[in-house]
Amino acid sequence: MGFFIAQLLTGLANAAALFLVASGLSLIFGVTRIVNFAHGSFYMLGAYVGITLMGVLPGVLGPYLGFWGAIVLTGLIVGLAGALVEIVVLRPIYRAPELFQLVATFGVILVIQDLALMVWGAEDQMGPRAPGLRGVFRIFGEPIPKYDIVLICITPFILLALWALIAKTRLGVLVRAATQDREMVAALGVNQRWLFTGVFALGSALAGWGGALQLPKGGADLLMDFNIIGPLFVVTVIGGMGSLPGAFIAAVLISVLNVFGVAYLPQSTLVLMFVVMAIVLIVRPYGLLGKEEVAGEHGQSGAPETPIRPFGRRGRLAVAGLLLVMALLPLVTQPFALVLLTDIVIFALFAASLQFILGTGGLVSFGHAAFYGGGAYAAALMVTYAKTPMEIAFLFAPLGAGMLALVIGWFCIRLSGVYFAMLTLAFSQLVWSLVFQWRAVTRGDDGLIDIWPSAWLSGTVPYYYFTLVVGVLGILFLRTVIHAPFGYALRAGRDSARQAEAMGIDVKRVQYVAFALAGALAGLAGGLFVFAKGSVFPTELEIGKSFDALIVVFLGGVKTLSGGIVGATFMAAVEDWLTRLHYWRLLLGLLIIAVVILAPEGIVGSARRLGLRLGLVKHTEAD
Amino acid sequence: MTGANPAHGNRGPGPANRRDDHMNILRSLIAAATAVTVLSAPAFAEDPIKIGDINHYKRMAAFAEPYRKGIELAVAEVNAEGGVLGRPLEFVFPDDQGDPGEAVKIAEDLMTREGTVMFTGAILSNVGIALSSFAKEKNYLYLAGEPLADTLVWKSGNPNTFRLRVSTWVQAAMLAEQAAKTDAKTYATIAPNYSYGTEAVEAFKANLKRLKPDVEFVDEQWPALFKIDAAAEVQAIEKAKPDAIFNVTFGADLAKFVREGTDRGLFDGRGVYSMLTGEPEYLEPLGEEAPEGWYVTGYPWYDLPDGPGKDFVAAYETATGETPKMGSLVGYTMAKSVAAAIQKAGATDTASLIKAFEGLEVPSTPVGPLEYRAIDHQSTLGAYVGTLAVKDGKGVMVDWEYKNPVPYMPSDDEIRAMRPAN
Amino acid sequence: MTEILRVENLAKSYGTFEAVKGISFTVREGEMKALIGPNGAGKSTCFNMLTGQIRPTRGEVFLDGARITGLPPRVIWRRGVGRTFQITGTYQSMTVIENVQMALISHNRRVFSLFGRARALYRTEALALLDRVGMADQAERPCSVLAYGDLKKLELAIALAHRPRLLLMDEPTAGMAPSARIALMQLTADIVTEEGLSVLFTEHDMDVVFAHAHHIMVLNRGELIADGNAAEVRANPQVQDVYLGGGMLFKEIDHA
Repeated sequence: MGFFIAQLLTGLANAAALFLVASGLSLIFGVTRIVNFAHGSFYMLGAYVGITLMGVLPGVLGPYLGFWGAIVLTGLIVGLAGALVEIVVLRPIYRAPELFQLVATFGVILVIQDLALMVWGAEDQMGPRAPGLRGVFRIFGEPIPKYDIVLICITPFILLALWALIAKTRLGVLVRAATQDREMVAALGVNQRWLFTGVFALGSALAGWGGALQLPKGGADLLMDFNIIGPLFVVTVIGGMGSLPGAFIAAVLISVLNVFGVAYLPQSTLVLMFVVMAIVLIVRPYGLLGKEEVAGEHGQSGAPETPIRPFGRRGRLAVAGLLLVMALLPLVTQPFALVLLTDIVIFALFAASLQFILGTGGLVSFGHAAFYGGGAYAAALMVTYAKTPMEIAFLFAPLGAGMLALVIGWFCIRLSGVYFAMLTLAFSQLVWSLVFQWRAVTRGDDGLIDIWPSAWLSGTVPYYYFTLVVGVLGILFLRTVIHAPFGYALRAGRDSARQAEAMGIDVKRVQYVAFALAGALAGLAGGLFVFAKGSVFPTELEIGKSFDALIVVFLGGVKTLSGGIVGATFMAAVEDWLTRLHYWRLLLGLLIIAVVILAPEGIVGSARRLGLRLGLVKHTEAD
Repeated sequence: MTGANPAHGNRGPGPANRRDDHMNILRSLIAAATAVTVLSAPAFAEDPIKIGDINHYKRMAAFAEPYRKGIELAVAEVNAEGGVLGRPLEFVFPDDQGDPGEAVKIAEDLMTREGTVMFTGAILSNVGIALSSFAKEKNYLYLAGEPLADTLVWKSGNPNTFRLRVSTWVQAAMLAEQAAKTDAKTYATIAPNYSYGTEAVEAFKANLKRLKPDVEFVDEQWPALFKIDAAAEVQAIEKAKPDAIFNVTFGADLAKFVREGTDRGLFDGRGVYSMLTGEPEYLEPLGEEAPEGWYVTGYPWYDLPDGPGKDFVAAYETATGETPKMGSLVGYTMAKSVAAAIQKAGATDTASLIKAFEGLEVPSTPVGPLEYRAIDHQSTLGAYVGTLAVKDGKGVMVDWEYKNPVPYMPSDDEIRAMRPAN
Repeated sequence: MTEILRVENLAKSYGTFEAVKGISFTVREGEMKALIGPNGAGKSTCFNMLTGQIRPTRGEVFLDGARITGLPPRVIWRRGVGRTFQITGTYQSMTVIENVQMALISHNRRVFSLFGRARALYRTEALALLDRVGMADQAERPCSVLAYGDLKKLELAIALAHRPRLLLMDEPTAGMAPSARIALMQLTADIVTEEGLSVLFTEHDMDVVFAHAHHIMVLNRGELIADGNAAEVRANPQVQDVYLGGGMLFKEIDHA
């Protein structure tokens, strides 16, 4: 009994910081519809700023006022930082396609990571103790740290305060209105820009407070930002995006479940959260307290896409020319350029497969790496265990990934918008943790090694040609499908699912097939990858890999056909060049933000617009 | 299997020109709006011998930075004494973001474009393993400095890979030896849920069971790496009421575990055997909360007797203005090993270097003479083990000793059985 | 004239609120029938139940004697029912003709073809349909730049693509200029005559209703209060009651 209660209390104490941070994310999403990847960075900032202030303020204000004053002040400072980010980075791009902002927030993550490294150094910092709260209370004989009890008591008050703010103040009215109907706010004559800034600042402040409050139980380190993103998204999604009570319930649920998971299923800590999320989303697609998304909320804003055309004569000649140059390159260049190009072609194919469902299908997947890594593992497992020749094993990459996509898609396709994105994320995490933990088969993070191509493809030049041929065929296949009736049907379902259904198109089935195709093509890229590198590790299945693909698709231009390819090429080349420099993350982050602001329709989209303005491109001949 | 075995270590102006041509092609290919100027390789008066150290300089900055400074100190010393083979030694430090695929790409870049003669690096074992496999496939030479995984030189060992640091098995065996001397019968383990953690727990169990067959492992905790829920872990271990605990967590996980465990009295009256906790990287952040009485592996730089160890500490502090970390020692020793190998080889081609590394003796390192064993390519760098105490508000190792790793390794026959036939 | 559509006791409740309260009616072959009523009377709900967007709480719908109650929209469409919406739902990223081609592709069951150019399929048929509604000259324009009235015409062309026998039009002339309304409905009436199809439409504009509907039904608060020809409906005291504020309309029609 005592143990049970002690566990419960631990879970509740853990929920405090998580709830604070998640409520901020939920609030920001509810009002601005921004999926803020950088929210974890504000949490990290809160921890660092908190430590710094706690080192200074107690000397001035005395230990108690100093400690708690530092926490309050931390929130305000991080809130200001959030406002700054909103004004400088996000405000210029609200008119861009929905979810485009997540690219900008990704840039913000990189910038904050390097700034934190510059200011606070690389070493982990332990959080200061809360004054007067060292030691434990005994509850049913079990030791419970005093600070835990304080956290448990504070959290409901924070929820109450937030609730009062939303329910009782004018700001709250506006926030609710904006969450439900954005046009209504504009109609109310409210300056929407400042509302957004205010909400973003408040959300960031909450993250900052979360970071500062957890200090006596932990500390500050440079990995905090990424480490909290997983739980953060899980809580927000389980609670229902935009719902504060939902975030509270979910934070408590997840924290308590985790504590009991540790006690009874100690091996499960990696997956438990994502299993719960997947189950909740399958049963309640919009989270515990979330509302169904208004149709057309996602992927539909911004200027409508222009009609697509296959390449005209000039376009085809240009592509043929480029391919010819690439084919002749081994004659004139050093091997490393080919290695880099091999990587670029693989990445471009991966990105193009995501672009296919994301752009043409309007399905934003946050878990596409499951198929890329899945394909790589399918081939690698064949080589490792069945000693399959490379030529055969390679075929298992698209095959295995396609099968995986059929399974995952079966659950995910029923959802749409951000909830679809989150369920794909949950499933990709499941796949990742399966590969990570099933050591007997996958060898965990030791990876599968010595997966090299057959002799006739061994070596940089032959493998470059192999990649070029397979990659180009894969991309051409996707383009063919896009211009085929199936691609049109997919686009029809995206533009207006109601209309498509009313003309006999089974939209969900079309999307399901498209999802499987995209998965198979991502797996093809994964197959190329594994034989290029000779090894595969669970990193290829990580969230980060999915985000990489997502970023380049948005960066290249969602509403274009070649955005993924161009974005991937741009990113791979820039990274190759930037990572040689010391503060490359800062530079890359700034570069991403600059591209996002200067080219809100992505590189291809904006280039086309420029071309139109200069009269270089005719209206109907785009892409 | 040697489709591309490009010449490396070229002399003369040729490579530089070709590099420029290549950059031009690349640039026109990229055709992206990047207004910043392209990096230019530093101009050398005299052609240096280049080594590439691929590492997670950003993702694991706390460990990689001291390591890099250790390398730089060693390189400065080598070059002050006239370099190797009459040429200066130079290290380059590309960042792989902790991604094995990226690391392999960089290795290829180093060997084909940068003109390095071999590559070193990695902290994370999986990156080390990927580099090792790549080195074998392309017949390059890879010296792993930091990675701890046993498999690197044993189960997945290959002729092209050498490793400096003392591996997981040996460190766990040293701790188990100490644990076996106590009366403790029941043990709980806590380790991050990834290869290193699992390997360490398996090694500790195997060694302890061998030394003391009646011990019992009553609880195993596997928090996700850097995502520990410390309070819950502490409660779960407390519930199992073990006599002693084996800890493998480190970094931020360790700090949280120590704080919660101390608060809740988990460590009272229990022996704790802990991997790496005495290393300054992990011990210093704990400050005065360092858990007294833990038996750990680490690096007591503050307490070394006169001799090469203390000289290194002094030189490092002079050069960097910082106190050394474990990584500093590893980086420094590794760079010195590379210099010694090249000197011994008298050439910079891979075959000569591999031959030189096999059985290479490095006479003067901070821990005394080292050897790279021909049998498994593992160096004989040992480990410091001792007990934690708090002095002047800081954690330190006391009653420590430096242990030679060889007695803790599997027998030569066992190793031969483990290493794949080549 | 045989009946093509028969609705029996059709109802839809949202919680305790009953939007449509058990209505029954028929549509006969070749007729144009209007469903009118004030805002919120349940007209769109009723339409959406007929074409499968909403599942009825109770009641049945028969097409040509076959039960189609609760079938998904795409199945009902395949059975020969066309549909236009109050708020148009054309494909913004396609050209005018591609919108029509899409319907033809679906009709010919080519949706899952992965190869071949969709743009090249059924062009002649699509052009003929556009020509029929007077949109052939705009065939290659992006749908997103069309004027509202043209969108409505395009929707009509799309709805005719699979040669439906019954066409359901929800507010076909809403938001159009009065002259354009008459023209569009005249066009519809001509097609009805030529193709021999039946039309059920809702409409706010009584000019349009009384000019083109053979029969009129009046829906009020979910209940069908009248079903008959123009004179009968006009004479119905309940209808007059409902349209008390709209008496003007009846007068205008009188001397129209």
